[in-house]
Amino acid sequence: MELNEFVAKFADLFEDTDTSNFSGATDFRDNDEWSSLIGLSVIAMVDEEYDVALKGDDVKKAKTIEDLFNTVKSKM
Amino acid sequence: MAFLEFKNVRIAGMAAGVPKHVSSNLHPELNDNVSSDYSPEDFIATTGVKERRTSSTLCTSDLCYGAAERLIADLGWDKKDIEGILFVSQTPDYILPATACILQDRLGLSKDCYATDMSIGCSGWLYGLSSLAALVNSGGIKKALLMVGDAKGRVKGKMNPLFGSAGTVTALEYSANATSLLFHLGTDGSGFDAIITPDGGSRNQITESSFQYYEYEGKKLHRLQSRMKGMDVFSFGITTAPKSIKKLSEHFGLDYQDADYYVFHQANLKMNNFIVKKLKLDSSKVPNSLHLFGNTNGASIPMTIVTQLKEQLREPRKLLCCGFGVGLSWGTVLFETDNNIIISDLVELEDSETSTYVV
Repeated sequence: MELNEFVAKFADLFEDTDTSNFSGATDFRDNDEWSSLIGLSVIAMVDEEYDVALKGDDVKKAKTIEDLFNTVKSKM
Repeated sequence: MAFLEFKNVRIAGMAAGVPKHVSSNLHPELNDNVSSDYSPEDFIATTGVKERRTSSTLCTSDLCYGAAERLIADLGWDKKDIEGILFVSQTPDYILPATACILQDRLGLSKDCYATDMSIGCSGWLYGLSSLAALVNSGGIKKALLMVGDAKGRVKGKMNPLFGSAGTVTALEYSANATSLLFHLGTDGSGFDAIITPDGGSRNQITESSFQYYEYEGKKLHRLQSRMKGMDVFSFGITTAPKSIKKLSEHFGLDYQDADYYVFHQANLKMNNFIVKKLKLDSSKVPNSLHLFGNTNGASIPMTIVTQLKEQLREPRKLLCCGFGVGLSWGTVLFETDNNIIISDLVELEDSETSTYVV
């Protein structure tokens, strides 16, 4: 699993935000569009693409997209 | 492994009762506990709940009572032949006695009646159906009513816009010709706090601090109101429901793709759509009632059957139903309806149609 690919899939979950500058270092919670509803989309995407069941705390503890990428990777 | 098969039990009929009052989620009312995290439009897009039925007076038992009277009349059953009631709810009339006892008298059933409550939520129809089927399949009890629902909470206060009030009744009958009811049931109590009302049981007794508001995921709640770890429940639902359906199919040597309709607990639209996608189901075979009635907890499967499948059930159909949630707890059932099943029209109750069993 590649970080760039994960960032792209993560960015796809945002509809109203210009995500072209998203990278592993992006603090996603800082984004205006972020809400617990997009958190559900993240869990669905990770289940579908990586067959990993994330907990709410996994999403809450992650600050950047790369943090979440590392959590997913450790559960694979 | 909790795989169960019951022979000799037919589902004779189903009915549902709801308050007449419609609450719109696009235009939240003063009494709706709306999160500051997202807009009403985003909430509706994710959950699918456009409106739901609410009442500040009608209890679960009032809704079940209204539905039961209609169903008994539609079935043409003699009340003296009804020998059992199982009431499944997490919003009973009183902490004690059991609400089923009140319903026995209110419905005018015989005193030779088995009656008890079961406290379980989103998987309630599955747990209730399997337990009552176990009592009916020996023929000891020949006619019985399963009542499943939830309505207004135990404490006055704002209501969660995801949830609607409903009370359902499923009539079971001993019949030597019935096809089998097949179940898979499961539990994971490690997720006990994923959906929880923290105070008011004997673990955390009610004190003044129970009424103090705190901030939880953008909402103000007190400890006598239920709260939900939304992301945990979502993750649980999308993994557990498909697994339970696959386990049932494997155990009984069936192909789950053969069912005519799939009725899921109406959790939220995003979760349900994802489960349908994971199981590769034809979405035209998956009815929803969420948009009109919200998440009605344990009542959501019978609510969906009564309001969305009445016409389709004029012919025998194979239904696969799966409920999952608070506990954490889940269950799946596969059964075939017969030619004579009665599905009553939805019963809508006025706020004044409450019980007189009040102290």
